Amino acid sequence: MTRAVSGSEPQGSTAVETGPARVLEKGFVGQSIPRKEDERLVQGLGTFFDDVRRHGMGYVHFVRSPYAHAKIVSIDVSKALELDGVYGTITGDEVAIQTDPFFEMSVEPGGNIKDYALAVGRVRHMGEPVAAVAAATRELARDAADLVEVVYEPLPVLTDAEESLKDEVVLHDDAGSNVVWSGVFDWGDVDTALAEADHVVKIERLHFHRFSSTPLECAGALVEYDRGTGEWTLTCNHQMPGVGAIWMAPALRTGIDKLRFVTHDIGGGFGNKICLHPQYVVLCLLARKLARPVQWTEWRTDQHTANAHGNERTFLDVEVGVMKDGTMTGFKVKALDDCGAFPRYEPLGCIIWAQVTPGMYGWRNIRVDFTQVCTNKSPVSPNRGYSRMQHLWLTERIIDVVAQELGFDPVAIRKKNYVRNEQMPYETPNGCVYDSGDYAAALDIALDLVGYDTIEERRQEAAARGKLLGFGIGSTLDSGTNNFGQSTLLNPELQFSGNNEAASVKLDIFGEVVVTLGTVPQGQGHETTASQVVADIIGCTPDQVNVRRGHDTWFNSHAGFSGTYASQFAFTGLGAVKGAAELLRGEMIQLAAAVLQAPEEAIELSEGFARIKDGPPEAALPFMALGAIVNANNAFLPPDFNPTLNHRFVCRPYFGMVDTEKKTGQLTLTYATQIHAAVVEVDPETGEVDVVDYAAVDDCGVRINPQIVEGQVHGATAHAIGAALYEDFAYDEEGTLLTANFYDYHVPHALDMPPLKTGAMESPSPVAPLGAKGMGEGGGGGIHCLCSAIQDALRPAGGAIVHDSCNPPHRVWAMLQDPERTRANVRVASK
Amino acid sequence: MAEPTRSRTISVSVNGEQIEHDVPARRLLVHFLRDDLGLTGTHVGCDTGNCGACTVHLDGAPVKSCMLLAVQADGAELTTVEGLAQNGELTALQQAFHEHHALQCGYCTPGMLMSATALLERNPHPTEEDVRVAIQGNICRCTGYVNIVEAVVAAGKRGA
Repeated sequence: MTRAVSGSEPQGSTAVETGPARVLEKGFVGQSIPRKEDERLVQGLGTFFDDVRRHGMGYVHFVRSPYAHAKIVSIDVSKALELDGVYGTITGDEVAIQTDPFFEMSVEPGGNIKDYALAVGRVRHMGEPVAAVAAATRELARDAADLVEVVYEPLPVLTDAEESLKDEVVLHDDAGSNVVWSGVFDWGDVDTALAEADHVVKIERLHFHRFSSTPLECAGALVEYDRGTGEWTLTCNHQMPGVGAIWMAPALRTGIDKLRFVTHDIGGGFGNKICLHPQYVVLCLLARKLARPVQWTEWRTDQHTANAHGNERTFLDVEVGVMKDGTMTGFKVKALDDCGAFPRYEPLGCIIWAQVTPGMYGWRNIRVDFTQVCTNKSPVSPNRGYSRMQHLWLTERIIDVVAQELGFDPVAIRKKNYVRNEQMPYETPNGCVYDSGDYAAALDIALDLVGYDTIEERRQEAAARGKLLGFGIGSTLDSGTNNFGQSTLLNPELQFSGNNEAASVKLDIFGEVVVTLGTVPQGQGHETTASQVVADIIGCTPDQVNVRRGHDTWFNSHAGFSGTYASQFAFTGLGAVKGAAELLRGEMIQLAAAVLQAPEEAIELSEGFARIKDGPPEAALPFMALGAIVNANNAFLPPDFNPTLNHRFVCRPYFGMVDTEKKTGQLTLTYATQIHAAVVEVDPETGEVDVVDYAAVDDCGVRINPQIVEGQVHGATAHAIGAALYEDFAYDEEGTLLTANFYDYHVPHALDMPPLKTGAMESPSPVAPLGAKGMGEGGGGGIHCLCSAIQDALRPAGGAIVHDSCNPPHRVWAMLQDPERTRANVRVASK
Repeated sequence: MAEPTRSRTISVSVNGEQIEHDVPARRLLVHFLRDDLGLTGTHVGCDTGNCGACTVHLDGAPVKSCMLLAVQADGAELTTVEGLAQNGELTALQQAFHEHHALQCGYCTPGMLMSATALLERNPHPTEEDVRVAIQGNICRCTGYVNIVEAVVAAGKRGA
């Protein structure tokens, strides 16, 4: 069932209703309750890791490589140590003795890579940390780092994935090849599909560029070491501590119980704060060596240079089968992914895309020959839309290239090939199940919002002003709640499967409802949405529910995969909250029944009371009484009744096992839909693209808090617009990053953003505990849509094919000057 | 050559309180506020003066406190985000940020509030365009600015 609920224009009133309006159930879930987090944050009273101080704490600065690839001949820290106020240093040699290399997820050759917390003997990307200094102030630490003398012997540099594939220069001798992982995914029968197709469209090359979401707060941590217990406490902004600990503990040769992660407020993450284990291990070693707390706050330039880029991917030799009526039957492609100098979270990106193998389309025959290589560039890490976004960009590019070359209408060909509402739940060729959605209806809302029926008039009007107007669509999926078992499709030896998240809910002595989460929010409003869910279940208001800020290993409310990533809080995070709240509710009812001497069925929880339904007003216990009885006044309770009013619940979604032979399985559970539509104007003299109209329609099932959902849609759209038009981690041939900070790396400012219109539908997920699908990553819809719109705009000016995901003015200008160059990239063979 | 001055005592008014403090000559104003005075509401989001998370008011004008040395603020009147709400009562702008969901992670928020407060002081009823111009030096990576702009315009209307 799908219900269209709203469409909104920023300055106006156009509500788009394509179905009956949703009737809100009585309760707090579904309401746009303003966030609980805001009160502290608008007063500057949030606590971010860099706000936390400790007596005698040392500030850490990393000494970083100026070369993209070099042998380290020697490191001399003696001058740094002579400086007053310097507490100590650490180098790669010490790291190599005191730690083991991080666990690698790949099979050979990538699995043989040795990745240490600091460079050992060789640097492989510009900005790679080779040593660290701790000192009494930030300024001193930086001065001292400048005094560390490192002698390098430069080596040949690889910045191009295809060059890297030749293995003429090899980054990791232990691996013996630059290939991290490679494999062929073959579902259906693509050869027959292509042979039987009326048209085969071939695209030689498409390139998805490097960028990242660049959260405004950089990475960092305050690390304390307890010499008595051997425990480290990391007050930090890691967004996936569960997995962070799995990396760190074995490297540090300690147990996972010795690592306590604490987060408070986090200034954005977007996946970029998942791979912080190398720096954190250095901090752990320094804290132990110097017997004092140490603190590291990454500089912006260091974040851009050497922390977390999104995966760059080149698609080669795409072949697509199309029938006369526009039905698309399948495609094959070689995907070449560039993960930079170290795999870290990779090669998971070599499989994560398969969650959305067919995109939103019904084609059944798909072959992807996937290879990932290392280059002398910054390591990658998950980045909003991780790996699926790249693949979805490919499927959307295919649709628009086919439409242009074969003369199909881009709306009609999408509607013809979209998976249809009545096919839901829909099993993809590789065994994933699209749980719900109505893509064509969502597209209609988007078309209405941008006034698609007037596009041709607007095109003429723009042409009269000398502008090229274009219209584009980005159809995308935000797949959530991933199955870690998909990692075994890359490496059958890995012992990961499923997923989990935990939460606890308790009723305290004065009636306080206290919730602790295993998740690690970075702006998603978990305190608010968790309180809405709990309030509805135990019968109080969200104001009465105290959701503890952040994550703390010592809350004991986490599970192995705890964190905030992969669009899953609405499923696993709130599923855990719901489970724990229901356990508490059951016990509160039992307790009230015992005290009020009534049957359990007669007890209701509402407005902060446990009451006998339709009973006398005095037959009611406030939450405070229930909390006090169990915690402080319990002698009268019978020995066989032992309520705790304190419940932990782990949400463990069910996936079944993956088939490592066929490479099939349920790789993720929910599929939120986003359809973006844009109207752009291109200035033919400069190549500048102006987004003049924009709409994003989201369908994430039940929206726990529609305002928060809309905020996520806005944010994901802004990231995509930035990526499509400005943001590019470009390197020169020496491996120097050319966009190393916000001075050169232009993210959208307020004047760059077009007015955004949003629309929403609700197709409740049949598999999620609350019918709510994870959302927030957005699937890169804006990138797909702007590439589509730019290509449409360029049609009357030579019909260039948009072949890169980033289209700043110089690239658009080049396409205008020499459209044939991009057109030569495409061939059509028709029967 | 004479030994350069390495530190100096400065006198500033911060959120209405007069403060004298010895600071190293090289210390940035933002680090003085955060590290020496413990006013951690003012944030650092970049190292090039682009992001605006560190925006404070200096003698009533919005400035990026990472682009000034603390000694340059000697004698000035400073207001930080902690100085906006009075006795725990949010300003109309802070309230509008809350109601319009104009913040997600909250990291850019202090700087946004300081830039927008300065705008509302000189232009109490700004248009959407006025707001976008006023906050163009403040980067937000969460909201796409939509709700921030809406909140500032609404705060202006409320003040009418």
